[in-house]
Amino acid sequence: MKTIKEINEKIKKGQAVVVTAEEIIDIVEKKGAKQAAHEVDVVTTGTFGPMCSSGAYFNIGHSRPRIKFGGGSCKLNDVPAYCGFAAVDVYLGASVMPDDDPHNKVYPGEFKYGGAHVIQELVAGKDIRLEAHAYGTDCYPRKKLDTLINIRDLNEAVLFNIRNAYQNYNVAVNLSDRTIYTYMGMVKPNLGNANYCSAGQLSPLLNDPYYKTIGIGTRIFLGGGIGYVAWQGTQHNPGIRRSANGVPSVPGGTLAVIGDLKQMRPQWLVGTSMLGYGVTLIVGIGVPIPLLDEEITRSVAVRDEEIFTQVVDYSLDYPQMVSNSLGEVSYAQLKSGTITVRGRQVPTGNLSSYSKAREIAQELKSWISRGDFFLAEPVAALPGADSGYTFKPLKERPTGEVR
Amino acid sequence: MVSKRIVLHFPHRLGDQPIVYKLAKEYNLEFNILKAYITPQEEGLMVMELRGSEDQYNRGIVYLESCGVKIQPLSQDVIRNESKCTDCGVCVTICPTGALAVDLKSRKVHFYDDKCIACEACVKICPPRAMEVNF
Repeated sequence: MKTIKEINEKIKKGQAVVVTAEEIIDIVEKKGAKQAAHEVDVVTTGTFGPMCSSGAYFNIGHSRPRIKFGGGSCKLNDVPAYCGFAAVDVYLGASVMPDDDPHNKVYPGEFKYGGAHVIQELVAGKDIRLEAHAYGTDCYPRKKLDTLINIRDLNEAVLFNIRNAYQNYNVAVNLSDRTIYTYMGMVKPNLGNANYCSAGQLSPLLNDPYYKTIGIGTRIFLGGGIGYVAWQGTQHNPGIRRSANGVPSVPGGTLAVIGDLKQMRPQWLVGTSMLGYGVTLIVGIGVPIPLLDEEITRSVAVRDEEIFTQVVDYSLDYPQMVSNSLGEVSYAQLKSGTITVRGRQVPTGNLSSYSKAREIAQELKSWISRGDFFLAEPVAALPGADSGYTFKPLKERPTGEVR
Repeated sequence: MVSKRIVLHFPHRLGDQPIVYKLAKEYNLEFNILKAYITPQEEGLMVMELRGSEDQYNRGIVYLESCGVKIQPLSQDVIRNESKCTDCGVCVTICPTGALAVDLKSRKVHFYDDKCIACEACVKICPPRAMEVNF
């Protein structure tokens, strides 16, 4: 048994033993969980995939004379941002796009530029054009603003993603006879391909299936900088079906994360265009897991062969909210390049970069080994498997039924 | 024998001449047209695989050039912008020739440009749009 405080003491002295969630697998296999828990202090995880529920907020600074965006409108590089706050606070969602984007009018839409691209360009230090319109008040008389802004001049620039790092995800296939364009990529007809999206054995929440160490306040690698777990992510669903090892075999927990955008790097926050679907942000996240006991050590030693997920039809079942699995496959099968669905060999593609997830886990490992990153004790736990916290569908009600 | 994938740019004045026919007839070259179109400015573009003896292949190329056809090897026309590629691997099931493939150990995506037929299927489905075509 160890505590986070003790591990931080070791990090300070440069004595902490840190390995990645891949490297721990062999260590536990050779030495057993008990010995590994004794020898290793921290395991680092990583994931690098499209995460649509991401965004960033900024405080632009006050112009002379003053302007109040709240109640008005503003755009960053022609991409509308939300400004229903006070004077110069703005939130930019990753998936928003310019008003004149043709969307899917020319099908499948290309979605070349949107909020995620603006975020990546800001992080890269590029100037961004800000246009704002306001109604004007006695204290904020100005009605129009058109200026270049740069991240270095902003008061705050904070990445605040309300749902990231899904604990497991579906494999998308297409049973229909036409190509479909989804957030899981282009899926070819008649089981032409199968797309999945997880770092599997490297993914943060798959290594801590019961959220024993990852909680509110956990310090993480976020977009190349330092961030924190702010809350459970939206759609957090801890009470789902789990394998004997505790790992969910359907989408489970999620994280809301926050961090200083000014520290982040454009290689770990990538603006992305999903053909026929929309704009999204690829986010790099790495979470350190302290090996406090033997049980946690067994959890982080989970391997792709032991993590299962469901194959789901995205032509009919997913859009129509029909809960139906075409079969269960492991990440080892998915990573082999083909899975078998309904007796057919289906080639697989990953939307989440495993090699980048590995780089993130390695980078976080080197931060901790160098003494540049300390573990944070969670201040509250995420809702757990027995909490009763669930992810409910919408119950639509006739509007005349006002209570 | 040589077999090469090349891109031919036809100036508009050649639009009504049977150039490719001559490659087969006069130089005994096998051709497999992978892509062909004429732009609104009436410049022709053709991507083809050309196969034959080395001597006849070279003479065929000289013939094409003498007609005013501009020739580029295909590998120069479809490139991967390495700074944009995230090695996710969603392209590998879309590529019909296996020119994009995941290395099972490094989990990085390799682009074998000698296998590419410039179908451009990867271009728009690449999430960070790392595949670039420069015809």
